[in-house]
Amino acid sequence: MELFLIFLAATLVNNFVLTYFLGICPFLNVSDRLDSSFSLGMATTFVMTMTAAVSWLINNFLLIPYNFHYLEYVSFILVIASLVQLVEMFIHKVSPPLYEALGIFLPLITTNCAILGMALFASMRDYTFIETLVYGFGAGVGFTLAISIMAGIRERLQLADVPWPFRGAPITLLIAGILALAFMGFAGLLAV
Amino acid sequence: MRRQYWRDFAKGIWEQNPVFKQLLGMCPVLAVTNTALNGLSMGLATAFVLISSSIIVSIIKGFIPRQVRIPSYIVIIATFVTVADLVLAALFPEISRALGAYVPLIVVNCLILSRQESFASDHPTHRAFLDALGMSAGFTFALLVLSSVREILGVGELFGFPVTMGLFRDWGVMILPAGAFLSLGVLIGLANYTTHKLGWES
Repeated sequence: MELFLIFLAATLVNNFVLTYFLGICPFLNVSDRLDSSFSLGMATTFVMTMTAAVSWLINNFLLIPYNFHYLEYVSFILVIASLVQLVEMFIHKVSPPLYEALGIFLPLITTNCAILGMALFASMRDYTFIETLVYGFGAGVGFTLAISIMAGIRERLQLADVPWPFRGAPITLLIAGILALAFMGFAGLLAV
Repeated sequence: MRRQYWRDFAKGIWEQNPVFKQLLGMCPVLAVTNTALNGLSMGLATAFVLISSSIIVSIIKGFIPRQVRIPSYIVIIATFVTVADLVLAALFPEISRALGAYVPLIVVNCLILSRQESFASDHPTHRAFLDALGMSAGFTFALLVLSSVREILGVGELFGFPVTMGLFRDWGVMILPAGAFLSLGVLIGLANYTTHKLGWES
């Protein structure tokens, strides 16, 4: 039950994109087609879950016992960068078209703040190993959810007549604002 | 020559403004701009990291093998972020608490990495410095504008001083996440409009 609450909180109530503003760059830039957004979401979820596990191990077995707390940011970001490299090689091998579609945004998962943010939040909250894993997975699912909803809306938006200064990023931000309002409705769901 | 230097600096302020034109580094832009003071502090902290990293990267660019450049840049950036975080926590504990986890997250601010990759890594140090200075100025400017708008509309204050004199009711939503997206969307729309009307497009 505890684990389910953590998952639900990370996915809906404290959605990383719409309430913590983490992972905004891909959210704004890759969200124009549903299928590639969804794939990016899955890749991000995978990296997040792995990062959650590895960063917990590093934090609890290296940084805390040896008092290297100030190396937290450097070591977490290195973990993320190497995991992204791994995923990149994997996708390149398994699905070249997807690799082409994600393009520059694949290496940029490294600088997706949602991932580092998740690792830092998890270490701040002193989660156990399993809780961290669920938290990372939930955050990834929340990210996938937000970016897929956005891509779905933007696919329809291509037919709409948007005033010219607002085409592209501004209208996307306005939609994100309305989505964030909608997600505020989840705030009363559970007290976290 | 002097013109060249001026361009290196000035392009970041409007023409390639990181927030309004390039849409880089959006997470801190949206997250900590609920009050003007937070926005300004975040802008200055980012400026420190960006300028220092650009200088170091442009000095040691000859020694970094191409294949591992991104991880090397990130380690350099992360080091300066740790410095900025510890200094903030020691000297300005209140600001540090208000910015919270968003100070460490400067590490993954795409603006900083993109300047290393696209400018500092193949330009001499003095030009990299000017470029970083200009980009930081543009970033801080954008944060200040957005956070002032949100603070004035959301709580009727600017830097903590009341300014609206009760002329209208505060829009509570402006300091909530939704308000950040809405106000930034409108601001970028306005920026596009003025750029076009004034013929500033390059």
